[in-house]
Amino acid sequence: MPNVGIVIVSHSSKVAEGAADMVRQMVGDSVPLAWTGGDPDGGLGTDVAAILGAIERAWSPAGVAILVDLGGAETNSEMAIEMLDDARRDKVVVCSAPVVEGAVMAATEASGGSPLEAVQRTAEELSPV
Amino acid sequence: MTPTLQAKLIAAMAETIFVHAEELTELDRAIGDGDHGLNMERGFRHVLEASPQWHDKPSAETLKALGTALIMKVGGASGPLYGTLFMSLGKAWPEPLDAAGLAAALASAIAAIEKLGKSEPGQKTMLDVLVPVQEALARGGEGLSARLARCAAEAAERTVPMRAIKGRASFLGERSIGHMDPGARSASLLVAAICGALDTD
Repeated sequence: MPNVGIVIVSHSSKVAEGAADMVRQMVGDSVPLAWTGGDPDGGLGTDVAAILGAIERAWSPAGVAILVDLGGAETNSEMAIEMLDDARRDKVVVCSAPVVEGAVMAATEASGGSPLEAVQRTAEELSPV
Repeated sequence: MTPTLQAKLIAAMAETIFVHAEELTELDRAIGDGDHGLNMERGFRHVLEASPQWHDKPSAETLKALGTALIMKVGGASGPLYGTLFMSLGKAWPEPLDAAGLAAALASAIAAIEKLGKSEPGQKTMLDVLVPVQEALARGGEGLSARLARCAAEAAERTVPMRAIKGRASFLGERSIGHMDPGARSASLLVAAICGALDTD
């Protein structure tokens, strides 16, 4: 089975792209990876439609782990998951972890072929709470 | 609900958001990420543009379309939260419309918002306005719309001394005290706009 995919969602497209660059440099092309940042007008914020698009691009039958920054990114990512079809909804999780470190750790775990739960757990080990 | 009243309510909600967008953004700048007014303005601008297409739809479907538009266009956490509010209202919309049915629909919408936001009343959010408004609606009685608008405004005021537990404002801890919650303010504005439009209908 292909590796778990990683999606990076930030309020800033530069942060999302930069975090994705770090993941690519550290784990190469072994995990499906997509990023999105910015509101529907291109300002700072998050965009549910763009998050759905990123989940699509990083899709893997093993599932997708999403790494988010501040509040709206989490709520909008959860909303995007709600809007997926039944077959996919249960295979996508939002990790409670810092976006940059979480993305790198999750991708590293995913690159070894770990299941979604392990990828999420590894990312969340970084969480202070 | 007639198509005319439906259009009137949508216009009233959009208008109050446009008029108060700067104020909402200022409130959010004090304790949030400073974009609530801008985000809500973008969402309701889109709602207003799309609303003629909903003209002949039943209320339940219009509410669903309105909710979806806010989810897709607001670009902040308030998009999914308000989107869920309107979509849940649509799902439980009473026909014929009455206060008791509306109170029940609002109760289910509040439950959906609590679940999505992982929040509850008392944490300095829009719930601190929606919950007392729902309770007043459930009690019913004379002059209901004027009372609901006043209840919403007072409830928003009560968020001023609260300490934020949820969202970006919670990072500020004690410093979140002394500012009205922007989500509570926008919720009270929407309630007042709806009540005002119903009163003049």
